Amino acid sequence: MKNEISVRITGEAGQGIISAGMMLARLYKDSGRHVFAIQDYMSRIRGGNNFIQVRAAVSPVAAPVERADIIVALDREAVDAGKAALAPGGVLLLDADKFGVKDLGNGWLNAPVYALAQEAGGPIYANSVALGILAALTCGNFDDAAKAVAREFAAKGGEAAAANAQAARKGYEYASQNIKTAAFRLAAAPHARRLLLAGNEALALGAISAGCKFYTAYPMSPSTGIMNTVADYAARYGIIVEQAEDEIAAVNMAAGASFAGVRAMTASSGGGFALMCEGLSLAAMTEIPLVIALVMRPGPATGFPTRTAQEDLEFALHAGHGEFARAVYTPGSPEECFLAARRAFNTAERFQVPALILSDQYLAESFTNTALPDTAGEPPDRGLILDNGAAPGTRRYEYSADGVSPRAIPGRSEALAVADSDEHGPEGHITELAETRIKMTEKRLKLKLAGLAKEILPPTVINPGAGTMLCGFGSTLGVMREACAAANGTGFIHYPQIWPFPAAATLAALKGAGRVLTVENNATGQLARLLLRETGFKPHGSVLKYDGRPFALDEVAAALAGFGAPGR
Amino acid sequence: MEPRTFDSADPVAWCPGCGNFGIQAALKAALAALGKKPRELLLVSGIGQAAKMPHYIKANFFNGLHGRALPAAAAAKIANRALTVIVTTGDGDCYGEGGNHFIHNIRRNVDMTVIVHDNQIYGLTRGQASPTSEPGMKTKIQPGGVILAPFPPLETALALGCGFVARGYAAEKEHLTELILAGIRHKGFSLIDVLQPCVSFNKLNTYNWYAGRVYKVGPEHDAADRAAAMTLAALRERLPIGVVYSGAKPSYEELSGLDGLPPLADAQVSGIDIAPVLTDFQ
Repeated sequence: MKNEISVRITGEAGQGIISAGMMLARLYKDSGRHVFAIQDYMSRIRGGNNFIQVRAAVSPVAAPVERADIIVALDREAVDAGKAALAPGGVLLLDADKFGVKDLGNGWLNAPVYALAQEAGGPIYANSVALGILAALTCGNFDDAAKAVAREFAAKGGEAAAANAQAARKGYEYASQNIKTAAFRLAAAPHARRLLLAGNEALALGAISAGCKFYTAYPMSPSTGIMNTVADYAARYGIIVEQAEDEIAAVNMAAGASFAGVRAMTASSGGGFALMCEGLSLAAMTEIPLVIALVMRPGPATGFPTRTAQEDLEFALHAGHGEFARAVYTPGSPEECFLAARRAFNTAERFQVPALILSDQYLAESFTNTALPDTAGEPPDRGLILDNGAAPGTRRYEYSADGVSPRAIPGRSEALAVADSDEHGPEGHITELAETRIKMTEKRLKLKLAGLAKEILPPTVINPGAGTMLCGFGSTLGVMREACAAANGTGFIHYPQIWPFPAAATLAALKGAGRVLTVENNATGQLARLLLRETGFKPHGSVLKYDGRPFALDEVAAALAGFGAPGR
Repeated sequence: MEPRTFDSADPVAWCPGCGNFGIQAALKAALAALGKKPRELLLVSGIGQAAKMPHYIKANFFNGLHGRALPAAAAAKIANRALTVIVTTGDGDCYGEGGNHFIHNIRRNVDMTVIVHDNQIYGLTRGQASPTSEPGMKTKIQPGGVILAPFPPLETALALGCGFVARGYAAEKEHLTELILAGIRHKGFSLIDVLQPCVSFNKLNTYNWYAGRVYKVGPEHDAADRAAAMTLAALRERLPIGVVYSGAKPSYEELSGLDGLPPLADAQVSGIDIAPVLTDFQ
């Protein structure tokens, strides 16, 4: 019995790769395995080469590995694209007859996937045949696979469900009779992490649970998944989801709705977020609570629309003209995405500032089995809102010790609600007075920042002061956690909130460390620079990756070995 | 209710003789006739001379970014549909910087009234051409005269299916008051393009220039006839003012289901139970 395997299902867009991967992940989750699955797809609707790679294990997994123990190739191109990713001792399943492949490589195994699919009704069922074969190889029973197939096609119902079930059974029976190996049989143990969640879904669920009632965005990969999930449940929770004409409209709509008293949110990626920068600055100036998710993808410009990067950390920290306070959350798992959404709404309303949630394609679209955290510790808090009996003449931008002034909801009381993007006095009318300018800058920037700094989500610190300390933000949490668990004398800091920066906690965690390395999905080490700027401590190096793909566990392990022993 | 109910204490920063004063007076008169209190109104603007209007009228207000009044206004109305939402914007703000929002908010058809102070010039930035400037108009940036064809707001709105399209004139206060009232009472996106002299920078389209061209649309025009409205809107030598088109059309609030919900701003944010939907992720 193996404690862990990785399985890749690969083919061209339109072959049901994601569907097969979802079924496989569900099969493993429900049969006592933990799963972590990444989606790797091209920016096209048909053709090309896509894959989903599912890592399954008896203990929790939180990152991909480079190579797969089993690769199922659903077309000829996938054989060539995938063969280099085969782990030693692994098997690459292909329909050699269908693909016209004569010479099988080492570890390649011919299986009549398309003949079996045809028996079930047609080539479109090849993905379910593959699922059946994988169930036979890795689980040795068909019941869980049958449930996963039924679940996947429940919505489509009738014919599709029956044909896919039949295809899976044919794949299972074929493999049981013809592929006599127990080398891939995977151990199992019951666990309570029953949800299968991607970061985008968890973020959307967090927003829904936090009372977001207006969600507006312009579709842009990889942020669109958040809007899809909110839209799925909009009717149930009384949420209006509005597709904006562009990202500029989206951010201004979110601000307008928030001003009018609703918890509102928008999200984008790359260039779409770039278009939102003026609106971000508007929210800061008008002191309107605003939640924006930035789901990063590689740039510049259009870049890699469907791939991953952490290139926009410095952009998120500085986006928007002028100087103002903001909070930037950098969740590292679906659970943290859920909590970040809830916290972002509270922070935005309590401090009347923009709160950004920085995610990336890898976090947004890879999925894992999880249990959502208890939310009792983060009840919604709307901050200072005037009640229905408020008197007229309340000054919107009244100076206060913490920079936050009570805001009126328009129509609710005699106190009028006011927002002004010009520099303004306490009443919210345009002013050009130097003295007012100084006081308002201090209100919006310094006082609020000081308040935000008192409530930073604490970094996750494992083995403080270890010989090697890794530092990361956002989606590197999983890979750092697993790499450190596997390497003696290694610890890490993960930042679920990167701004305001937790300088004191960072220095405490790094005290006594032999060497400090940042782990970042970008080319320049943006976190390393931030760390130096905010703490005066210069990391010894950075493990960087900027090929548009996420870190694999073995890559980080190899990089750590490559840095040699800590010595200073 | 009296127009002075809507007097603001904020000192006005427009030039003496500016057409904005006429629009301001008409707006206050319309609001008084409407009978809504300042707390029930939301004035939204972008940036420009017209966009200062919300500071000079007592009501809730949102003075946002240049070109971006419409999305903010539409969303504020969606969020809090008890409010009467009025946008005061200019030709540069609405037809230039905010052109995409103009197009799509006519399509969106949220119930709000958009008053465009159309003075065919950029005032706040000191006299450059606007989208509605006439070809040949000379400015510091266009010393040889404007060469671009002017943006046709009424025809654009009609082509997009706007349910209420009107043109007013800043010097015809009572007439403009009626147009604004009709616009507010129309459920959906209402456009009122207001011809407005700019005494400081527009030396072409002066009060005198307008006096020879502007005339009030009479009862012979059927405002329910979109084709007739298009013909009227296309006139260039003489400039008709009045309701060019008015027709019922389902609003965003009706189509989105918003009308069946309590105002979103009144929704509770505590105690939302997502457990029932988590089964979808099991």
